Amino acid sequence: MGNPVQSFTGGDFELAGNSERAQMDHTYTSQSYGRDAFLRFKANKGAVFGLVIIIIISFFAAFGPMMNEHTYKSINIKHKSLPPRIEGLENFFIFNGVANGVNAYEQKGLTDVYYIFGTDTLGRDLWTRTWEGTRISLYIAVIAVAVDMIIGMCYGLVSGYFGRSVDNVMQRFIEILSGIPNLVIVTLLIVVLKPGFVTVTLALMITGWIGMSRVARAQILKLKEQEFVLASRTLGAGHFRIIFKDILPNIFGQIIIMSMFSVPSAIFTEAFLAFIGLGIPQPMASLGSLISESFKSMTIYPYMIVAPVFVLALLMLSFNLLADGLRDALDPKMKES
Amino acid sequence: MRNYVLKRLGLAVVTLLVILLALFLMLELMPGSPFNDEKITQAQRAVLDAKYGLDQPVFNRFVHYIKAMLSGDFGVSYVIQKNMPISAMLEARLPVSIQIGFQAVLLGTAIGLLLGIVAALKHNSFADSLTTFISVIGVSFPSYVFALALSYFLGWKLKWFPLLYSSAAPFVSTVLPTIALSMFTIATVARFTRSEMIEVLSSEYIRLSESKGVGSARLIIVHALRNALIPIITVLAPLVVALMIGSLVIEQIFAIPGIGSLLVTAIQINDYNVIIAVSFLYSIMFIAIMLAVDILYGVIDPRIRLAKGEKHG
Repeated sequence: MGNPVQSFTGGDFELAGNSERAQMDHTYTSQSYGRDAFLRFKANKGAVFGLVIIIIISFFAAFGPMMNEHTYKSINIKHKSLPPRIEGLENFFIFNGVANGVNAYEQKGLTDVYYIFGTDTLGRDLWTRTWEGTRISLYIAVIAVAVDMIIGMCYGLVSGYFGRSVDNVMQRFIEILSGIPNLVIVTLLIVVLKPGFVTVTLALMITGWIGMSRVARAQILKLKEQEFVLASRTLGAGHFRIIFKDILPNIFGQIIIMSMFSVPSAIFTEAFLAFIGLGIPQPMASLGSLISESFKSMTIYPYMIVAPVFVLALLMLSFNLLADGLRDALDPKMKES
Repeated sequence: MRNYVLKRLGLAVVTLLVILLALFLMLELMPGSPFNDEKITQAQRAVLDAKYGLDQPVFNRFVHYIKAMLSGDFGVSYVIQKNMPISAMLEARLPVSIQIGFQAVLLGTAIGLLLGIVAALKHNSFADSLTTFISVIGVSFPSYVFALALSYFLGWKLKWFPLLYSSAAPFVSTVLPTIALSMFTIATVARFTRSEMIEVLSSEYIRLSESKGVGSARLIIVHALRNALIPIITVLAPLVVALMIGSLVIEQIFAIPGIGSLLVTAIQINDYNVIIAVSFLYSIMFIAIMLAVDILYGVIDPRIRLAKGEKHG
């Protein structure tokens, strides 16, 4: 601003251009919402990868424990602390049965014994135990979705649909409930009940649905004033019919997305509880308790921790990718740029 | 605005009372007793009950309890350290937990913001992919997996950092726990900063300031980042929860004498005054942070408080 007159030459200017910010208009042939969503999902490599991994893990969780003669609690002291070894892959560096420079199989004279993931310090087969543990994580995933769908969705729909004092009371209740840290609820449940399946399930039931109910309520608030609801009401439809037959199908995409996002956090909660020794009791195994057990001997037998950590991480990653992919496919407006 | 703050405050107080009641009632229903010694006779038991006030009616004990809790008197520990006042135990342990939590938040937010900004500025570049990768990994792995990996490779194999906490070296021995605990924060903050920054950077007012000739550093920090930060406040809630839960596990792994490991020990050996005290402490911290976030958000974004204190999102 100090020197008012400047002489410009041609080189002082360059075309800012709009190529980076240009928006291309696409024309599409008309296709159904379902097909559109499917195509978007298929184009998302991460989501397809996640889905495939979840299917593979589910397969092993269902049939893995039956693939050999060991059960999750059969103890064979002679076979304790064996590293992973696979028939036919003896020369492959991680499956050769060598740990800390010693081949534990040859040392114990067990040349015809093979454990894919090795054995733990009590001689239990880690392959069987890992997949047994995966079953529990998947069970938790199913519970989380069910709780979201049954409690969270209905709560949000009813609260949003009826509005006024019903909504007011229901929302204050949620605000109080969400003010209590999850950790405290879980702690108290574990203290009152015994650690185990039931406790983890209950803990999920008490708090797992709050996020979902907020989404369902926000969605129904948008839709309930629309003409098709008015039309349905004029034709004499009851509240139940309007909520579940007219409005619900329109917001089901959001509901599915939300329930998928709650799966990783539910699996995480179980794994966390198991890790601090408040999860599934012995001799049952969950991925968290397997990690916690092998943590105690991690510096001597580091291979024991690999399989459960790997499966757990893969499972969490896959559910996250799948949830992201489903969100992009079912609700392209919400897509993160 | 005043009504909004008052309403939030009222809700916080009610929540606190509900928590106190729940803590109290659930421990009433708990099986077992603090005096687990089978050799105790009925008469001795009655004396002990009277000494600790366990023979009073439930309601009296509850009222007495609220008074005691609010004045910071959490009673004495029954099992962990017999007759040790819990407030003294907490006093010794709380600073350690807060130090690690604070370091984790600081580290996590700094790295998360940096990654998010770089990723947004260099959209679709290597830095962007790296940020996406880190944020997916950080959300997918439980914090104890990071803790185990760090303590195995950096602690055990390379011996760069001590494996366990020691009060003699309060900084060096908390490096690994801090990193492990901050992973989730890094991931979440980076992800949100990235998507907010991309949105803000493509907005009209940024293009206006750009064409007016605002320098790029000033443009990013003053014009873009400040607006991008507002929605990031909303993710503070899950971050606080993650830190609390993470601290339980991390303190266990690195043998840190904090309140997280105290809670785990107390649950395992049934020391219910300690359980109540730590749960109450966690609840107060949680409620206070939520209250601060809600009010802060109302102050920053007038749309929130205009909507009759309706919760955002």
